[in-house]
Amino acid sequence: MIPLLGITTQALFAQLLLGLINGAFYALLSLGLAVIFGMLNIVNFAHGALYMMGAFFAWFLLHYFEIGYWPALVLAPLGVGLLGMVIERTMLHRLAGLDPIYGLLLTFGIALIVQGLFQNAYGASGMPYPMPDLLKGGQNLGFMYLPNYRAWVVVFSIAVCLATWFAIEKTRLGATLRAATENPELTRAFGVNVPRLITLTYGFGVALAALAGVLAAPIYQVRPLMGADFIIVVFAVVVIGGMGSIMGSILTGFLLGLVEGLTKVFYPQAANVVVFVIMVLVLLVKPAGLFGKQA
Amino acid sequence: MAEADLTAPLLSVAGLQAFYGESHVLHGVNLRIFPGEVVTLLGRNGAGKTTTLKCIMGMVGKRSGSICFAENETIALTSDRIARLGVALCPEERGIFASLSVEENLLLPPKIAPGGLPLDEIFTLFPNLKERLSSQGGKLSGGEQQMLAIGRILRTGARLLLLDEPTEGLAPIIIRQIGVAIGKLKALGFTILLVEQNFRWASALADRFYVMEHGEIVESFASAELAANMDKLHACLGV
Repeated sequence: MIPLLGITTQALFAQLLLGLINGAFYALLSLGLAVIFGMLNIVNFAHGALYMMGAFFAWFLLHYFEIGYWPALVLAPLGVGLLGMVIERTMLHRLAGLDPIYGLLLTFGIALIVQGLFQNAYGASGMPYPMPDLLKGGQNLGFMYLPNYRAWVVVFSIAVCLATWFAIEKTRLGATLRAATENPELTRAFGVNVPRLITLTYGFGVALAALAGVLAAPIYQVRPLMGADFIIVVFAVVVIGGMGSIMGSILTGFLLGLVEGLTKVFYPQAANVVVFVIMVLVLLVKPAGLFGKQA
Repeated sequence: MAEADLTAPLLSVAGLQAFYGESHVLHGVNLRIFPGEVVTLLGRNGAGKTTTLKCIMGMVGKRSGSICFAENETIALTSDRIARLGVALCPEERGIFASLSVEENLLLPPKIAPGGLPLDEIFTLFPNLKERLSSQGGKLSGGEQQMLAIGRILRTGARLLLLDEPTEGLAPIIIRQIGVAIGKLKALGFTILLVEQNFRWASALADRFYVMEHGEIVESFASAELAANMDKLHACLGV
C-alpha cells in the first residue's frame, strides 16, 4: 500500500540524484533545442548526434592528443559548435522560409548519417572515458553517498543554464537575439546582420549539446548511439516545456529528470514511459506546453 | 525645386520597379530628396507608398532600377548594409518588439555613425518614454509605441528617416505631439521621407509633396503650392 516503507532513503536519494543528472542533460539539450527553434524555426533532430559528437570529440582529444577532460570541456563545444555553424551555412541556411518539416527532415538525415559513420568506424559498443582525477571519489552525506563527479555535473549544468538564460533575457546581445526571433526582417533593417546571428545561434545551441556530451562521457560510455536513445526523451521534454521558452526548457528538464528518478523508486516499470505519459497529459490540457505561449 | 541646383540629393530613386511574387507593385518610381528636406509621399492605400519605403530600406526581395543614397548605389544591398549607410525606418504598424522592454527596444538599433541624438534628447522629445522604460514593448499604448518607434531610430546616427504613417490610428493630441517632434528633427538637420494620408497635418511639416498612384509618382509640388493643387489632390486621393 505504501511503497515508501519498502524503500530505503539510500535508494531514494540515489535515484533522485540519478534523476537530477539526467535532468541536467535534458535541460542542456532542450535549452539548445529551444534556442535553435526560436531563432531558426527548425526542430533540430541532429541534436542527439551532436551531443554524441561532443563526447567523441573529448575522447579523440584524449586518445590522439592526450588532451584531458578540462580542456575538452572548452574545446569540444567549440569544435562541434563550429561544425554546427558549417552545417547551418551550407545546408540549413538554404531552407530558410520553407516549411519547418524540411529542416526536421534534413537534420534527421544528418543525424542518421553521422551516427552511421561513427558506428562504422567505432562499433556500437561503448568506449570508456576516464573521470578527471580532481573529481574522483565522493562525499558521504550521512543519508547518501554523493560521487563528486555527479555533483559537479549538476552544479555546472545549472550554472551554464542560468548563464544562458541571463545572456538571452538580460543582455543587449540577448535583446538583439529576441528581436531577431520576433521580427527578423525589421531587426535586419536596423543594421543587425541577422544571418550571421542565426549562424552563431545555431552554433551556440550545438555547442550546448556538445558540452552535455563531454559531461556525459565519464558517466555513460562514449558510443555512437548515446544521443539517439536520449534525444527522443529530450523532445518529449521540449514539448512538455513549450518550444521556445528558455527558462521553461531549463525547469522542465530538471523537473522531468527528477520525476523519472522518483518513478524508478516507486514504480520502476513505468520509468521509461513516465515522461511520455506526462507529455500526453500536458498536450491535452495545455497544447502549447507548460511554459509555451499560446499561439 | 531650387535646392536641386545647390546640392546633390541625399536620396535619388530612379526607375524603381518592385514585385511581390507575381504582382508588379512599383512601375518606375522616380524621386529625389535633398539633405535636410522633409518630403511627404501621398497616395491612396495600395498606391505603393509603403513598398517604396521598403525598397529604399532594402526590404523588398524583387526590386530593380536605381536607389542612390549618399552616392552609394543600394539597389542590390541587403537591408542591414543599407541601414549602416545611414537610412532608418519607422515602419507601418510601428514594429515594436513585444518581447523586449521599452529600453531594449530603444537601444536595439546599433549605432552606425556619430551624430545620433543622445537618450536625454529623445526623452525631451517624447517624455512618456522615460516613464515607461521598463515596460514590455507590447504593453504600450498606440501613441507610446509610435513615439518609441520614432525615438529608437534617432540615436543611431542615421541621416535619412523613413516614417511610414506615423499618425495612423492615433488621438489628435498625440498626432500634434508627433508633429512637434518631427518639426524639431527637421530643425536638427534630419532628412525625412514621410508617408502620410493626413496631408493637412503633413503640409505644416513638409517642404515638398510627391503623389503616388498605381505604383508611380504622378505629381510633385512644393508645400507652398499645396493650395493650388488641392483639386488634383482631391481627385488623386479621393478625399
